[in-house]
Amino acid sequence: MYQFNYERPKTLADAEALLGKADDPKILAGGQTLIPTLKQRLAMPSDVIDIGGIGELDFIRAEGDAVMIGAATRHATVAQSADVKKHNPALAALAGSIGDPAVRHMGTLGGSIANNDPAADYPAACLGLDAKIHTTRRLIEADEFFKGMFETALQDGEIVKEVTFPHPEKAAYMKFPNPASRYAMVGVFVSRGPWGVRVAVTGAGQNGVFRIAEMEEALAKNWSPDAVANIKVPATGLNSDLHGTAEYRAHLVTVMAKRAVAAAG
Amino acid sequence: MPVVSMTVNGKSASADVEARTLLVQFIREQLGLTGTHVGCDTSQCGACVVHVDGRAVKSCTMLAAQADGADIVTIEGLAKNGELHPVQAAFREHHGLQCGFCTPGMIMTAVDMIRRKPDLDEETVREELEGNICRCTGYHNIVKAILAASREMR
Ligand SMILES: Cc1cc2nc3c(=O)[nH]c(=O)nc-3n(C[C@H](O)[C@H](O)[C@H](O)COP(=O)(O)OP(=O)(O)OC[C@H]3O[C@@H](n4cnc5c(N)ncnc54)[C@H](O)[C@@H]3O)c2cc1C
Ligand code: FES
Ligand code: FES
Repeated sequence: MYQFNYERPKTLADAEALLGKADDPKILAGGQTLIPTLKQRLAMPSDVIDIGGIGELDFIRAEGDAVMIGAATRHATVAQSADVKKHNPALAALAGSIGDPAVRHMGTLGGSIANNDPAADYPAACLGLDAKIHTTRRLIEADEFFKGMFETALQDGEIVKEVTFPHPEKAAYMKFPNPASRYAMVGVFVSRGPWGVRVAVTGAGQNGVFRIAEMEEALAKNWSPDAVANIKVPATGLNSDLHGTAEYRAHLVTVMAKRAVAAAG
Repeated sequence: MPVVSMTVNGKSASADVEARTLLVQFIREQLGLTGTHVGCDTSQCGACVVHVDGRAVKSCTMLAAQADGADIVTIEGLAKNGELHPVQAAFREHHGLQCGFCTPGMIMTAVDMIRRKPDLDEETVREELEGNICRCTGYHNIVKAILAASREMR
C-alpha cells in the first residue's frame, strides 16, 4: 500500500470539508473493495476519508411506502433488519447473499453502489426496484446512476447518503454465483410495484447492470415464468471470461429471470 | 502518524502507526500475536479473521486506524484459565485441522457463527464457511467440529 493521510470525520459536513480540501481523496466505507485495491497498489489516494464513523449514515427506516437505508449500513444489518424483511424480503435476501459473513459485517450499501462492480448485487436491486439515490448534492434515479463498468453519476467529492427503496408488491433476486468468488456470473432482479414491472440484470453486461424491456413488457401482461421462458437476450455486449462465454451468460439470463419470477410468486 | 488504541483480548494496546497499517499487521507485528494468519492478498481465505466489537471480520481488509477504540478478540483470547474454548476443543476432538494454517480463522468464524445462529445445521455451516479456505481437510471434519461445538454450547 502507498502512504496516505487518514481522517475519520464524525459528521457528513466534516467529511465534505475534508474531501474538498484534499488533493486526491478517496472515501473509505467498509473497505471491502477499496482496501484490496490499495493493497494491490491499484490506487494512490493522497487522503483516505473514512465515513465509517458517521452515525447519521447508518440507519434503516421504514416510512410510508418505502424503506430508507443509510449509505454506511452494513450488508449484514440490511439482511437481518426486521423492517427490510417485512417490506422487501427480496432485498434482505440479496444483502445476505453478498460475499461471506466477514465481508457482510464490513461492506456497505453506499460502497457497493458507488463502486458499481459489473458483477455486484446491490446495483441490480436499485435498478430492479426503481430506487432513489440521495447524495450530498442531489437525488439521482437508479436509471441515471449506473453509467457503465465501475462508473456512476457521482462527481468528485459527492457522497451517497441514503437509498430509498419503495416497497414492491412482488420481487425476487436469483443469482448464479461464480463458485470461487461468489460474485454473480448472472443475477436477475424482478419486481412488480407502483412503477410497473422491472427486470434488472447484473454480472452479465460489459457495461454493468441493465434492464430488459422485452421481459418487462411480457411480465406486465402475464406475470408468470412462462412469459419470459422464450425471451432470449443477445450475447453481444455481454461478458466473456474464463468462467463463461457471452453465449452462456445470455442463456443464464433467461434461466435466472424465469426462476426469479417463480420465486417472487 | 495516527495513534491507535484498542482493547485486544481484554488488554489495552496503543501505538503510533502509519495510516496504511492493516489491523492484521498491528496484531502480529506490534503486539506479537501471531496466531492470526495471513493466507492470501485478495481478502478471500479468512485465515486472518478476528472479532471486532463482537463481529467476525477479515483483519487483512481493515486498517488498524479503523479499529481505533474497538474491542478485539483474536484466537489467543479464546481459551480461559488454560481451558480450551469449546470450539477449539471440538476441532481437536474431531480432527478439524491438518496443517493448522487456516485453523485460527476457521475457529474465529465458527465462534461468530454459533453466536449468531445457535441452531446450526450442516448446510448452514457450509454456507457460513464461504469466506474461509482450507487446503488440507476437505472441510468435512471442520463442519463436524463446528456442529459438535454448537450442540455442546446450546
Ligand atoms: C471476498 C469478497 C467477496 C465479495 N463478494 C461480493 C458479492 O458476492 N457481491 C457483491 O455485490 N459484492 C461483493 N463484494 C464486495 C463487497 O460487497 C463490498 O463491500 C462493496 O463492493 C464495497 O462496499 P464497501 O463499503 O466495502 O466500500 P469501500 O471498499 O470502502 O469503497 C468502495 C468504493 O466506493 C466509494 N464509496 C464508498 N462509500 C461511498 C459513499 N457513501 N459515497 C460515495 N462513494 C463511496 C469508495 O471511495 C470506493 O471507491 C465482495 C468483497 C470481498 C472482499
Ligand atoms: S489473509 Fe485475510 S482473507 Fe486471506
Ligand atoms: S488445515 Fe491446512 S489449510 Fe486448513
